[in-house]
Amino acid sequence: MSTTLPPASGGNDSASKDPALPDSGGTSLWKDAFYRLRRNPQAIAGAIIVVAFLLVAALAPVLAPYGGEDLPGRTHITPTHIPGPGEVPGFVLGLDRFGGDLLSKLIWGAQSSLLIGVVSTALGLAGGMLLGVLAGGFGGWVDNVIMRLVDILLSVPNLLLAVSIAAALGQGAYAIMIAIGVSQVPIFARLLRSSMISQRGADYILAAQTLGLSRGTITMSHLLPNSVGPVIVQATLTLATAVIDAAALSFLGLGGGRPQTAEWGRMLTYAQDELGIAPQLAFLPGLCIAITALGFTLLGESLREALDPKSRQK
Amino acid sequence: MLRVIGKRLALLVPTLLGLSILLFLWVRSLPGGPATALLGDRATPEAVERINELYGFNRPLIEQYFIYMGKLLQGDFGTSLLTGRPVLEEFATRFPATLELTIVALIFAIGIGIPLGYLAAKHYGRWPDHGSVVLSLIGITIPVFFLAFILKWLFAIKIPIFPTDGRQNARINATHVTDFYVLDGLLTREWDASWDAFMHLILPGIALGTIPLAIIVRITRASVLEVQNADYVRTAKAKGLLERTIRNRFILRNAMLPVTTTIGLQLGLLISGAVLTETVFAFSGIGRFLRDAIFNLDYPVLQGFIIFIAILYSLINLIVDISYSIIDPRVRVQ
Amino acid sequence: MSFRGTTPGRWRRARRRTAAITAGLAASALILTGCAESERGATGGTGEDTGVNSTFIFAASSDPKSLDPAFASDGESFRVSRQIFEGLVGVEPGTADPAPLLAESWDSSEDGLSYTFQLKEGVKFHDDTAFNAEAVCFNFDRWYNFEGLQQSESVSYYYNSLFRGFSDSPDTAVYGSCEAVSETEATVNLAQPFAGFIAALSLPAFAMQSPTALEEFNADDIGGSAEAPVLSEYAKSHPVGTGPFKFDSWDVGQQVEVSAFDGYWGEQGQVQKVIFRVLDDPQARRQSLEAGTIDGYDLVAPADTKALADAGFKIINRDPFTILYLGINQEVEALADPLVRQALSHAIDKEALVRQTLPEGTQVASQFIPPIVNGYNEDVPTYEYDPERAKELLAEAGYADGLTLEFNYPTGVSRPYMPTPEQVFTNLSAQLEEVGITIEAAPDKWSPDYLDRVQGSSDHGIHLLGWTGDYNDTDNFVGVFFGREKPEFGFNNPDLFNALDEARQVSKLEAQTPLYEEINADIAEYVPAIPLAHPAPSLGFAPRVESYPASPVNDEVFNMITLSE
Repeated sequence: MSTTLPPASGGNDSASKDPALPDSGGTSLWKDAFYRLRRNPQAIAGAIIVVAFLLVAALAPVLAPYGGEDLPGRTHITPTHIPGPGEVPGFVLGLDRFGGDLLSKLIWGAQSSLLIGVVSTALGLAGGMLLGVLAGGFGGWVDNVIMRLVDILLSVPNLLLAVSIAAALGQGAYAIMIAIGVSQVPIFARLLRSSMISQRGADYILAAQTLGLSRGTITMSHLLPNSVGPVIVQATLTLATAVIDAAALSFLGLGGGRPQTAEWGRMLTYAQDELGIAPQLAFLPGLCIAITALGFTLLGESLREALDPKSRQK
Repeated sequence: MLRVIGKRLALLVPTLLGLSILLFLWVRSLPGGPATALLGDRATPEAVERINELYGFNRPLIEQYFIYMGKLLQGDFGTSLLTGRPVLEEFATRFPATLELTIVALIFAIGIGIPLGYLAAKHYGRWPDHGSVVLSLIGITIPVFFLAFILKWLFAIKIPIFPTDGRQNARINATHVTDFYVLDGLLTREWDASWDAFMHLILPGIALGTIPLAIIVRITRASVLEVQNADYVRTAKAKGLLERTIRNRFILRNAMLPVTTTIGLQLGLLISGAVLTETVFAFSGIGRFLRDAIFNLDYPVLQGFIIFIAILYSLINLIVDISYSIIDPRVRVQ
Repeated sequence: MSFRGTTPGRWRRARRRTAAITAGLAASALILTGCAESERGATGGTGEDTGVNSTFIFAASSDPKSLDPAFASDGESFRVSRQIFEGLVGVEPGTADPAPLLAESWDSSEDGLSYTFQLKEGVKFHDDTAFNAEAVCFNFDRWYNFEGLQQSESVSYYYNSLFRGFSDSPDTAVYGSCEAVSETEATVNLAQPFAGFIAALSLPAFAMQSPTALEEFNADDIGGSAEAPVLSEYAKSHPVGTGPFKFDSWDVGQQVEVSAFDGYWGEQGQVQKVIFRVLDDPQARRQSLEAGTIDGYDLVAPADTKALADAGFKIINRDPFTILYLGINQEVEALADPLVRQALSHAIDKEALVRQTLPEGTQVASQFIPPIVNGYNEDVPTYEYDPERAKELLAEAGYADGLTLEFNYPTGVSRPYMPTPEQVFTNLSAQLEEVGITIEAAPDKWSPDYLDRVQGSSDHGIHLLGWTGDYNDTDNFVGVFFGREKPEFGFNNPDLFNALDEARQVSKLEAQTPLYEEINADIAEYVPAIPLAHPAPSLGFAPRVESYPASPVNDEVFNMITLSE
């Protein structure tokens, strides 16, 4: 399932490099990165997909012909037949097993995927930053304890970790969000810590120390802002894995809610039994998940490349 | 060397100890506590009482933990709530199936991934490169179970080439010696049984191997890119050595280091993938068993499996590190 | 009605019917007779003569729980048991009615407390033990003397619920004693009347088992706990009965094998070997059938029936002996109001439900027993689909502004009476929402959560549940549902309870019929739940399967299968 993706370019892990190194142009790091992103076709493709996805999710109430849980085509369904695209007027992509409009459900599904993706990533980010700052900021035994814990959690496959957490929380969309969020915490924590440690010896930190600033101030105002680059890259990539993981958890039956809930993973669960008579029920939601994940992945990787000083020198 | 391995193994102890504490607390945090997990949500208070008594859930937490730990150390992982049989026994009967599947998936991933990654790097910036980058992107972003659906629909329903009914055709009266069905057929000279079992592995193997394939392509590409401009490769080229010699002795050998690590670290992905793949293909290995355990909250199975996988993961990490020093004598295991 | 003379030993069961049993052959029996005629030529002897592949592979959805049917109650155990064992009483093919089997006839005393069975002669168990009156009494006494763990509901479910007591609790027990009058005559004395006694004996749980084998392999030696019993040596690998097939092997998680018993007293049929292959995934069962690796499987998903039939596979529907209902919990205040319950009845379009979600062959239900069961009343009050009327009734009951109901349904399960609970739920909830009822979905996994919640607690609202009858007995349906105060329905209606109790005590069927007809009408009036449909379970078979003895009560013995190649 989710994983720390290896870089597409030939570069090493950017976390170990110094993202704050001023380059020849003298522009700020982020401005420069943005400039580079704009010239990268990969980034543009990713951005287009992500923007389209965001628009669909936000405008679902306007775009979708029917509500997410409505079953307007109920009377057209029989156990052995599910009308496909164009078969029944008014239902462009056809119906699903329960008589819902497939197009509407895909559109509403974008909304729920976005919600799950954003909430769980935010959770993972918040938790991971907290642990990472504690570990990277304090060092010593705090660092040791936290990193041991992170190691333990990282030795459990991500999906199993999420499943275990979801099991303890009970069924439902919230359980899935929390489960995926928490399962991402160790990755963020480790990333932030290593990034902070690499910054610790930097000149500006030494300068701040000689100025007599407190440890808290140095950590929060200097160390942290200069270390979040890789974390933000990871967060973008996590949005992709969160969408896939949420679908997987739903697929395994941990989603809760009604059977006809407009949620891509859920739609796939039921599509499994209809693969022979209505393959579009599996293909379209699957495609939506894959494309959304692709969008976030492209964007995240371009961002990583853009922030990577090694590629900047080229 | 041995001392280093011993030290690494010793480091495993605190990790596993921490994991066992977390798992122990996890079971206690299940809605309604372990007795309810055993009996279901709406158990009568008397039944809960009886189970609490039977399993000692009403004793002090610390005491319970030591009882639990004691059992673990004796290899007692508890009994599956679903099947009523010992967890370890359940794993043992299903492990060969999943291992067989994993091996096929890895052969697929490595066999295609490394050449593809190498080609991409060799033709850096040209179409084989772009092609393999796109391919690996798709491989990473496509959900495993969706890929499994597509494969199943295409090659089992539309064009029925591959069987998707489990591990082996029921009509073949195969003798099972090791429970690795392909191997069994070879050992007993039941060629048809072996072939049939192999055919059953193709589709799930591809589905399971695709993510590792995508990752191996990227890593191979990246690391070959780095190595092929190294001084020693340039020197070798300047000396006019055969391209094959340069490729095998200099580039690939040095580029394999990060690739090895990656393959080792794919384990977690493979297990998660196996849960989904085996579900779609009705393949009766550990993955499907876990899926049932997840769906029914069979916590002794989940608990046992997580410990098992954590040990395996740590051991594989160690093996990867050791294999480093074999591939590249410059690296010392630390 | 008699089949005497028309079946020269083709059926495994004797044709002669005792006067005590009324006829009631359903349509499926006719289909079967039709098949029987068409194949008579092919069944000259064993399968080998005719060049037919005599191995029959049937996909089971799980391992049997136990090979000792006395300690089993699940369908997969019984499916295997029915091949290995036979009871004193069998089932008339294609119906749910009892028929002679190992007992050729029986008489009961006037008070209904004593039954004398005339046993078939010359029958041997697979281990060469003679089947005789002593063996019969051995089995009856074995059940009666269960103790400790053996008595728990999850272990000896059917003896528990039908014979109601053991030797250490003689006050409640139905069974009294058994006497081997002669080699071929056994008398069973009951301690209290039990009108369904003969019919109950057709259950595999009361099949005759070899006394020698039971003792040799310590059949009563079960361990573990009630939640997870550990099987005896007998139940794992040595079940011995008188049936047409003897047990060969059980590879847990893989398959159970049985093969034709040479010394079988009846006709052996074409099938020489049966393999029950465990395929717990419905998709895998279908694909295996399509790939030709199995010959048949049970409970074909409604979505698959057409595609399979189109591809040349045989889909056989059992006569529905099922009921699917929408349960109502009157502990919920709104639901205690009869107007609301009537409104729900009017709000549901049963025909649409059946057409949209249930398999072909399903009948719309007007009452809680299938039409072939005694006491079915053509004239019960019905509630036609009328959403306007439903709204009026709701308004009249004071819920003009809407009503919110919790709707419980199970997930990840398929039952003979409810192949796709999620679909039934979505369909019904959409119908109810159309009359202004707000539905709160409450899914639970089937076992134990859903059953515990719906049957064991009052923490539920309207819910989906159903029943597959075990044998032809009206009490086995309505008595089970509405015979006493239950948390599932949460009502106390002494009149109904008394009427059901009274009807149950009557030992003559003719006298029972009018009582049950009236009860069915009263129930329809009272609406303690809404009968939805009698779904017909489907079986799917390979094209080479010419006929299969489909039975509404699943009494299907594979020696009666005919194969064409």
